[in-house]
Amino acid sequence: MSTTQTSKADGKLALSPEPQTSRDLVTLAPAFKRNEGIELTAQLFESVEVNLSAVIRRASTLTTRRSVKKQWQAAWLIKAIGIIDLTTLAGDDTPGRVKRLCAKAKNPLRTDLLEAIGLKPGSVTTGAICVYPTMVATAVDALKGTNIPVASVATGFPAGLTPLAQRLAEVKYAVAKGANEIDMVITRAHVLGGNWRALYDEVSAIRKACGEAHLKVILATGDLKTLTNVYKASMVSMMAGGDFIKTSTGMEGVNATLPVSLTMVRAIRDYHDATGLKVGFKPAGGVKTAKDALAWLILMKEELGRDWLEPELFRIGASSLLGDIERQIEHYVTGRYSASYRHAMG
Amino acid sequence: MNKISDILQNMDYGLAPESDDIAREWIATHKGRFGHFINGKFTKPSAKTFKVSSPIDGKKIAEFSLGTKSDVNSAANTAKKALASWAQTSGHQRARYLYALARLVQKHSRLLAVLETIDNGKPIRETRDIDIPLVARHFYHHAGWAQLLDSEFPGHRGVGVCGQIIPWNFPLLMLSWKVAPALAAGCTIVLKPAEYTPLTAMVFAQLCNEAGLPPGVFNIVNGDGSTGAAITEHKTFDKIAFTGSTDVGRIIRKTTAGTGKKLSLELGGKSPFIIYDKADIDSAVEGIVDAIWFNQGEVCCAGSRALVQEGIAEKFYTKLKARMEKLRVGNPLDKSVDMGSVVHPTQLANIKKRVEEGVSSGAQLWQPKWSGGNKGFVGGASIKGCYYPPTLFTEVQPASLLAREEIFGPVIVATTFRTPDEAVALANDSRYGLSASIWSQSLDIAFDAAKKMKAGIVWINSTNMLDASAGFGGYKESGFGREGAREGMMEYLVPEWQKAASRITPSKKLPNATPARGDGNAIDRTAKFYIGGKQTRPDSGYSFPVLNAGGKVISEAGLGNRKDIRNAVEAAHKAAGWSAMTGHQRAQVLYFLAENLETRRDEFIARLVEMTGDNIKKATREFDASINRVFHYAAWTDKYDGDVRAPQGNMLVLSLKESWEVIAISCPDEAPLLSFLSLALPAIAMGNRIVITPSQAHPLIAADLYQVFDTSDIPGGVINIVMGDRNELADTMAKHDDIAAHWYFGCEKGSKMVEFESAGNLKATWVNNGKARDWYDEAQGAGEEFLFRAVRFKNIWTPFGV
Repeated sequence: MSTTQTSKADGKLALSPEPQTSRDLVTLAPAFKRNEGIELTAQLFESVEVNLSAVIRRASTLTTRRSVKKQWQAAWLIKAIGIIDLTTLAGDDTPGRVKRLCAKAKNPLRTDLLEAIGLKPGSVTTGAICVYPTMVATAVDALKGTNIPVASVATGFPAGLTPLAQRLAEVKYAVAKGANEIDMVITRAHVLGGNWRALYDEVSAIRKACGEAHLKVILATGDLKTLTNVYKASMVSMMAGGDFIKTSTGMEGVNATLPVSLTMVRAIRDYHDATGLKVGFKPAGGVKTAKDALAWLILMKEELGRDWLEPELFRIGASSLLGDIERQIEHYVTGRYSASYRHAMG
Repeated sequence: MNKISDILQNMDYGLAPESDDIAREWIATHKGRFGHFINGKFTKPSAKTFKVSSPIDGKKIAEFSLGTKSDVNSAANTAKKALASWAQTSGHQRARYLYALARLVQKHSRLLAVLETIDNGKPIRETRDIDIPLVARHFYHHAGWAQLLDSEFPGHRGVGVCGQIIPWNFPLLMLSWKVAPALAAGCTIVLKPAEYTPLTAMVFAQLCNEAGLPPGVFNIVNGDGSTGAAITEHKTFDKIAFTGSTDVGRIIRKTTAGTGKKLSLELGGKSPFIIYDKADIDSAVEGIVDAIWFNQGEVCCAGSRALVQEGIAEKFYTKLKARMEKLRVGNPLDKSVDMGSVVHPTQLANIKKRVEEGVSSGAQLWQPKWSGGNKGFVGGASIKGCYYPPTLFTEVQPASLLAREEIFGPVIVATTFRTPDEAVALANDSRYGLSASIWSQSLDIAFDAAKKMKAGIVWINSTNMLDASAGFGGYKESGFGREGAREGMMEYLVPEWQKAASRITPSKKLPNATPARGDGNAIDRTAKFYIGGKQTRPDSGYSFPVLNAGGKVISEAGLGNRKDIRNAVEAAHKAAGWSAMTGHQRAQVLYFLAENLETRRDEFIARLVEMTGDNIKKATREFDASINRVFHYAAWTDKYDGDVRAPQGNMLVLSLKESWEVIAISCPDEAPLLSFLSLALPAIAMGNRIVITPSQAHPLIAADLYQVFDTSDIPGGVINIVMGDRNELADTMAKHDDIAAHWYFGCEKGSKMVEFESAGNLKATWVNNGKARDWYDEAQGAGEEFLFRAVRFKNIWTPFGV
């Protein structure tokens, strides 16, 4: 790491550690090794206990210790767009609705704004589209010709209490329809009962059914209640081969929070330290504002590092977040507060 | 370079500076030149000034008058003049002023935060989120005490004119800790801010005017150590409050000895930060960040000694180092730094010197790679600011200077331990005792350690938590007195009756220790000492004659010396079981003592008559009062207890009243039985063990008493009695570093000597300054101060939640 010294006009100095190397998606991809999982290794998590109040303290000062302003903020928000899993998971979803969302995923930001900040039109897309299995085909079709992956929730989302055979069949169906990513839900009972072997086997089975599709394991942390449960479930899910661990379905009483996320990313760090394997993280539900997105980006950079600011290792599951980011970027460009109707609906 | 496309690659934080324009404008409106604040007015800057620079860039930001003796005198006289009407102001009215100050601090919070950062170098995040909100909180809390003063502290009044000297590490926060309780108690103030950081105090002075605080109630004299010395030496002050180094604290203790000034000292620390194997390790790592890389480590209560259980040490150090790589040091006005600049080049030099000593002692130094390796300085010589990187020492032996001396910089020194017992032993192996931080998910381990810590503040699974409702202050050489809470208010109050107290009748010189009995008629009895539950002969081998009121020899008593005191202290330390007993168990012993005393009523009354020459009626009155007093403290034993504060959600603070372990007591001559018991009983009721010298004129009463103690199941070593010359023995006790507190009731000279000599280990002293008290009077002989002085406060912060 090198220390950068940025001189300001008045001679004041900001000294700070900055990342060793700059990197981008292209250079990351070849080096990226998918998490193949490891044997269920109890000693990596069994004795771990998480102290709630200390985690809350750290989470609450993450965003008071780091601040991004001006062009840095604009850049960080562009980065945030690129890691959004633009999501629609509603009973009234239709192919039309999904197509509209896909169009937004391809062009999440107005061209004039992109140009104003020096980026090429078409250079920014969302991280993925996230839909129900029956909408996968529509999404794949709508996104033809782009690199935007289609993610599908599966396994009896959101409760996950359908029989395993049906859940596996659902995964295979989605993959067959072209889904690049599967967002599965775990059986919360396995965690609440401390039945780690059952959880491991469940995730392993789904992972196998995914084939080449990447697997995000939704822990439904709002149902798990304790951070110690969250940590252990995170570890077991990674051991079983999850490519990502994800906080919530968006349907639990409490969705993504910073303390829960901090616990999960610390588990990712411990797993990486133990195995050398990198697992991604996806908070979902409750990340609604540009400020929220910055908070989670700061969390990733501080606790995991630069590599975890790319869509291979970080996603945010959100539907309304993009709209706020668009408004903030317009504010950066024009100095005027924006209105939502000035940006296209998704 | 800072194009969006580039930032998308490097994902740097960039710059996020807080503007200091308004703060600079405020300085400019004063033309950067400040005098003092006396009688509600800012004085003109004097000819002799000192320069205040910002440690951010080393540039001068202001000039301040260097307060002289005459400035101090003028401020002191002003405060004295303002006292009469301020002390008469109703508690409610004072509460209104304090509330106004709290609101004004909130209204001008950003100005205060930015000024503090410019002046001190600490990150704007801390001044904005921690310092200034705590300042407002302190004024709110004390608005409450002002309102409740009459009902909560009956029989008390404000101590008077206060001289307050505060440090540079939390300039405005330390001001609030000193000023708020003083104003609440009806005291007037002369405050001296630290010479490195005087700016925010001047804004506060403006706020006092804005709040309409009567002129003269709050005054500021700026200056350096010489100005502080002038305050401590000035006769007008009734109370000195000081926060700063232990060395200066000792000087102040000596300077104020015998002057009758009340004193509270909040001094240095070398606080342990213990990580047990059952800890949440990631959170404990973050705890270290909050402990020692908070305010650049310039925190008296900083957890600066990490004690790590062997089995997890390697893992812990690895995680800690990874975390250190992520810390950012730089311009404190930037909102993305963890540490700003050290306060002053002098302090930076101190830190570097300590680190160099550490390296040569063989400890392993580690600093983050970004700091430029182990060179100890971030960024090279081109930077004029005072920056120092976060620093870790491992393999630090308890004997090394690194483990013993306060560094007051961002340096954590770590060592390992094997068992919980060893952790406690290492933690307490320090002259200091300010705070301790304990990390374990096991309730048993955490509470066991918390109870055993010799420290005023214990944080379980947390660190550096502060609140006005939880008193702050240390054990041992970290000072005495508390700031915040009810116990903090007591530092600014005195019992009402004291102002009318008369002078004590001086003790007669002890007769020569030679055989003096000539009538062949007296009882052949020599009063021995009582040490460790045994009657012992004096080490000196001398005895002195005991005279009755008529000057006739009625007996002889052993003449105590240094070694007798030494033996008594050792015996007292061995009797630790007494402190561990429950209040109920101790109460039973005291009731039994009353019972046994009562059965010997006639004998004691006769003895009093014989010794003092009092008539039977008077002697009976003293005896009855004595029995009453035993009941009084037997009653209190299981009731003067700790309580619980809840300063945050999911946080309970257990405020414990702990014993001092060993207290020395020098008894007066008047009412020899009653005064002995009035002093001994509250001490032992609260679990202390005592070394007590009875009335030097009437030592026989103690010889009678120890027979009763023996039969009352008071364990050996709880009460240790040595007879002889009060002042000679008090001198040895005051100089004994294994005695935590000393109560002295004798002459003025002796009071001064006890206070002066107690500076060695900073005992908490309670002396009468040669004033008499009516031991029969409830307030004077058994008021709250007896129990209050018999305990020291320990606050255990216990967060919880799942």
